[in-house]
Amino acid sequence: MFKIIKREEPWKWGALVILLGALLFSLAVSALLLVGQGKDVFEGLNILWQGSFGHLWALEGALLKAIPLFLCSLGVAVAFRMQIWNIGAEGQFALGAIGATWMALSFPDLPAVILMPLMFIMAFILGGTWALIPAILKLKLRVNEIISTLMLNYIAILLLDYLVFGVWKDPTSFGFPMTSEFSSNAIIHGIGGSKVHWGLLFCFVVGVGLWAFMRFTRLGYELQASGEGARVAKYAKIRYGMLVMFVMCLSGGFAGWAGCVETSAVLNRLQPSLMVGYGYTAIVVAWLARLEPLNIAFASFLLAALRVGVENLQLELQIPAAYGSILEGLILLSVLAGQFFLTYKLEPKRSQVK
Amino acid sequence: MWEFLIPLLAATVQSGTPILYATLGEMMTEKGGVLNLGVEGMMSVAALAAFWTSLTTGSPWLGFIAGGVAGMGMGALHGFVCISCLGNQVVSGLAITILGLGLTNFFGVPFVGLPAPGFNPFDFPILSQIPVLGEIFFKHDMLVYISFVVPVLFWFFFRRTSLGMHVTATGEMPQAAGAAGLKPRVLRYFAVVGGGFLIGLGGAYLSLAYTHLWTNGLSGGRGWIAVALVIFAFWRPGRAVVGAYLFGGVMAFQLRLQAMGTNLPSSLLLMLPYVLTILVLILSAWRGRRIDAPAALGTNIEPEG
Repeated sequence: MFKIIKREEPWKWGALVILLGALLFSLAVSALLLVGQGKDVFEGLNILWQGSFGHLWALEGALLKAIPLFLCSLGVAVAFRMQIWNIGAEGQFALGAIGATWMALSFPDLPAVILMPLMFIMAFILGGTWALIPAILKLKLRVNEIISTLMLNYIAILLLDYLVFGVWKDPTSFGFPMTSEFSSNAIIHGIGGSKVHWGLLFCFVVGVGLWAFMRFTRLGYELQASGEGARVAKYAKIRYGMLVMFVMCLSGGFAGWAGCVETSAVLNRLQPSLMVGYGYTAIVVAWLARLEPLNIAFASFLLAALRVGVENLQLELQIPAAYGSILEGLILLSVLAGQFFLTYKLEPKRSQVK
Repeated sequence: MWEFLIPLLAATVQSGTPILYATLGEMMTEKGGVLNLGVEGMMSVAALAAFWTSLTTGSPWLGFIAGGVAGMGMGALHGFVCISCLGNQVVSGLAITILGLGLTNFFGVPFVGLPAPGFNPFDFPILSQIPVLGEIFFKHDMLVYISFVVPVLFWFFFRRTSLGMHVTATGEMPQAAGAAGLKPRVLRYFAVVGGGFLIGLGGAYLSLAYTHLWTNGLSGGRGWIAVALVIFAFWRPGRAVVGAYLFGGVMAFQLRLQAMGTNLPSSLLLMLPYVLTILVLILSAWRGRRIDAPAALGTNIEPEG
């Protein structure tokens, strides 16, 4: 049998090995599901691969989906780092989309240089406020933020439904629940004729901004270094409550931006099909990336590519879309289990009695 | 007035039942010191397992058990990641939910809209004759009647049996329990898997008794409500009953309002249970009884050596 021993020095490439191992394991298990559906496994895996990494359109699709995932995951990671369990990226994303839509529908004729910032500001404010509610409940009344953020997801999605089925419904939409299309000034356009839009650049700016904040400000440095809210607050000389509110606001604001970018660039209007679970996938991304901003960029691309691959699988082999959730759940579980080996190793037990 | 109120209260008991099973399951898990945020996913997997078993064997009872077993399996998975591999309990639970909802929607596709043999209401002998109370509590299906007994058994198990007290000890002070010669890890597995069984029964209720046919999104947030209710109940089965029926009441009321055709948009009505969950958490925090939480809840047991 084996004996569990604590590692004295960190396993250098451990995190990468574990991630690859987890990916392989999850793909193997989910390949079994294809067998269960009576599909050819190798054909299925090939279609998944082609859709994820094999074509230019796959790359385009992955970049497109990586944009909202990246922004949401940054938000999730900022909060998780402080051990504040913000599970509410999905709802904050919805509120951001609502905020952006509000501006886009209210001032369609403003020039883009004014309207765009307005949309982003409102998306940040609404997303951030949606995250502030659980922060305040946590601080003032010690309400568990896991459940409150989650409940606010359900409420946010219903709020979005309420708006697009009701007051914001496009009268010319033949009864479909959607707002009218944004004016051209409110749309983030593609880069050089491709589907990939300028939101990609925005991600880059936000990522670098967060990195600089973490690197060059005292508060950011403490956030990066310690991760324990109370300690950070002490060193940064601010009240713990202020810190929680700041972090949650940032977290929700990032998710809100993701909602803004997605509505404006991809759908060009607000409609329920906006909500495809990026906020939940973002949690998987953030944890795979071990909450590091640069890793998050790679992990969002990876998970986005998998999503495109699964869509391809859905199209070619009529595999239900839920295949993607299974894959994501498995990857997250196996990474969690695998991380055991970052702190511990197994050594064969020597028999003591000869 | 009575014509409206009595059916409403009877419906309250019915819609509260799956929540009650799930709340007790989560409570058992947490009593052992493990937080399980996978309830939502576990309930939906169990609902499908129960439905499928009942459909293929023709026996709702086998289906009911299959739901429980499916919950046990998912619980064991969560236990493996958290207890054996020391994974983060919050994240593992979320992963279980993501996986569980995925599995359900993946395998449930061919069954959407199909009926399966389930449990039908019948008048409980003698007791259903009691005026008012009989109408409310004793004109249901067998699974509701079983759910009346489960909280009592739960209480008895944790208060009067040594196994129950050992589980409580691992949730409070696993190191001390280990030093006293108990096996905290094994006890934690017991709590997670046993709790998973109860959560699974809650899921099974949804597909076998609440509806008799398969639809997507059957769990509809009930798993999360159960997690919140454990806090509301201060880890006590009696209060779990109150909480579960409170939510059952709101859900039944909201359905009735929709059926009666109000001017309120349905999306606003559907928000009610979720808003209430937050209110309930505020209420329990305001009562300031956090001491009741198992002291070691959410922390893993580090291996020695």
